[in-house]
Amino acid sequence: MKNRKINYFKKSLLLLIVMITAINCDRELSDDATLSGFSKNGEIFTDNFIGMGSDFYFPYGDSKFTAFSVDTDEAYKGNASIRFDVPNANDPQGSYAGGIFRVEGAGRDLTGYDALTFWAKASQGVTVAEFGFGEDFFPNQFITTMRNVSVGTAWTKYIIPIPDASRLLQERGMFRYAAGSNGTNGAGYTIWIDELRFEKLGTIAHGQASIMNGNNQALTTFVGVTSNVDGVIATFNLPTGVDQAVSISPSYLEFSSSNPAVASVDDAGVVTSLSAGTAVITATMNGVAATGSLTINCVGTFIHAPIPTRNQANVISIFSDTYNNVPVNYYNGYWQPWQTTVSNDFSVLGDNILNYTIFNFVGIEFSNPTINANSMTGIHLDVFIPGPVAPGRQLRVLVVDFGANGVFGGGDDTRHSTTFTAPTLVSQAWIPIEIPFSAMPLLLSRSHLAQIILEGGDGSVLYADNIYFYN
Amino acid sequence: MMIKLIKRSCLLTGIAMFFIGCSTDEKQTVITMKELVMQDEFDTNGAPNSSLWSYNIGTGNNGWGNNELQYYTDRPENIVVENGMLKIKAIRELYLGSGYTSARIFTKGKFEKKYGRFEARIKLPWGKGIWPAFWLLGANSDTVVWPQCGEIDIMEYLGNNPTTVFGTVHGPGYSGAESISKNYSLLDNRFDNDFHVFGIEWGENYINYYVDDVLYNQITPEDVPGEWVFNEPFYIILNMAVGGNLPGTPNSQTVFPQTMLVDYIRVYE
Repeated sequence: MKNRKINYFKKSLLLLIVMITAINCDRELSDDATLSGFSKNGEIFTDNFIGMGSDFYFPYGDSKFTAFSVDTDEAYKGNASIRFDVPNANDPQGSYAGGIFRVEGAGRDLTGYDALTFWAKASQGVTVAEFGFGEDFFPNQFITTMRNVSVGTAWTKYIIPIPDASRLLQERGMFRYAAGSNGTNGAGYTIWIDELRFEKLGTIAHGQASIMNGNNQALTTFVGVTSNVDGVIATFNLPTGVDQAVSISPSYLEFSSSNPAVASVDDAGVVTSLSAGTAVITATMNGVAATGSLTINCVGTFIHAPIPTRNQANVISIFSDTYNNVPVNYYNGYWQPWQTTVSNDFSVLGDNILNYTIFNFVGIEFSNPTINANSMTGIHLDVFIPGPVAPGRQLRVLVVDFGANGVFGGGDDTRHSTTFTAPTLVSQAWIPIEIPFSAMPLLLSRSHLAQIILEGGDGSVLYADNIYFYN
Repeated sequence: MMIKLIKRSCLLTGIAMFFIGCSTDEKQTVITMKELVMQDEFDTNGAPNSSLWSYNIGTGNNGWGNNELQYYTDRPENIVVENGMLKIKAIRELYLGSGYTSARIFTKGKFEKKYGRFEARIKLPWGKGIWPAFWLLGANSDTVVWPQCGEIDIMEYLGNNPTTVFGTVHGPGYSGAESISKNYSLLDNRFDNDFHVFGIEWGENYINYYVDDVLYNQITPEDVPGEWVFNEPFYIILNMAVGGNLPGTPNSQTVFPQTMLVDYIRVYE
């Protein structure tokens, strides 16, 4: 937004200079001189690409780069069409076709249009994953996508509604597509597109957006946590009477917070929690209320774990924002059938926290490779119990060595479990835990350390941070 | 006066037309009857004016002959005058055994007229299964069975085709599927986006159909394959049906409630 204002300022200055010059020369300013100055051309492809420049096609990174061509043997109208040869799934050059068509240079002013339209057909009846516009690779601010589009073997006109054209003041992303062979048993096919343009149809009505996929979602946060409004879908009634849903960027909507002191929301639907309390984030599109909402339950200021003070050289870190962490297979193995623990990890102002909810036990594994901790003297971790600590509550910390074979089982694994209870276990404060290897007699080796297991949960919440071996 | 007549006269006087040119004749005259004889501007909040309008209540015979799904009521939920508009509202609700409610009002016995310009300004609803209409029935419909009594549909519309309305006459030998009808479509707008004027100019042996400033059809005795039954008094009906043989059943995308807004009804001669 800031950039856009600066551009306008420059343009206004330029215009002012032009006007002054014009007045001095005693000539009238041309009718073509407008404040915007961006092309209002809606045409993209008729028999050639129109006003797109020469460098406008950018295939997706893992797609087949040669899928797009211009076909002069097939046309809905005139003598050429856009052709996409969707590859077979096992094509070594790329398993699908997809990319963006981006205006070279300045974007276009599309505020006078209400739809992207085109004619399409395919070599066989297919369901095309995505057609859309608004993707320019940066900042992708106003993407609109029609998904799972049925394309038959006869030329058919398609209409993709523009959710709110007043936003598209200088759009470069004219067209995008993604088509694979999931629905054709991996067999490739061809799609033709013709007469691709933005149009003012005047026959699109009843736009209705939804956020969070139309659900009323709730989120528990801390001060400083950012959350995103997503699942943004807009539905329009087409002149055919059919309702057409498109997935759209949040930036098409206007957002508001019921309690801006608790949570603010920006133009892109990024929500920042500011203080303890509840705020409901809602949206409108073209002044019409969207369905769905995001309720922020901010529980206040997050208490960060103490920042570790040991040098990197003196630790082997499993999970910490202070140190470089070694490769970890997972921080939650979801071990079935008895585990209930779910991970809802979060980040507060750059501080990443392991958040184990419905915690009974959880395993962290770092077996690829295993850790040789012979130079280390103990393990450190910080845990935090937000809820009350019930009488008799335990927390057991198990350190597991996979033995000489370096893999789970095989009869050479050893482990030691250390149990903590009150008064070590407290509520609402970080609990620093340090266990020297000398206090783990059942751990017979630390040459192939591979797991840390936390046990003793009562189904409540446990945060963990700064898990590392030290000397 | 009428586009067809102009074309015919152009054809008949071909050479003469060549010399004098067609430019003045290409402009249609949409309306000629300008003396206002009846109007309801819907300016008084509450129920529709009872000295002009009566209600049809219930489900009629076999869904008003069309397997329509709504139960017509006179409740303010379904029909009310508000803010200068008559609002007929179709609601999805269980009501006395029907799945939808709506309203239908008529002027029989209160306003009946032979010939004239009948016109209404309406913003239409939308969605599959929604079927509003502004129409006339022969005032003798109690003694003469339909279709002998005659029916003039000034405007009918199906909510799943929001750019098109149609005007129709029904009479003996040309009713239902054999009725005489013509569509009128907007190219760059829809009938549920804004108000449009729907009307007929009806005189001896002709009915002209217009939407806004476009005359789009004329029906004369030559166009009907049976007796011309439109030289008698007729009365006015306004309604919004839900479902039935013509529009089909509402689907999961049909939004309820749906409202037909009528700004005015005027009759001229």
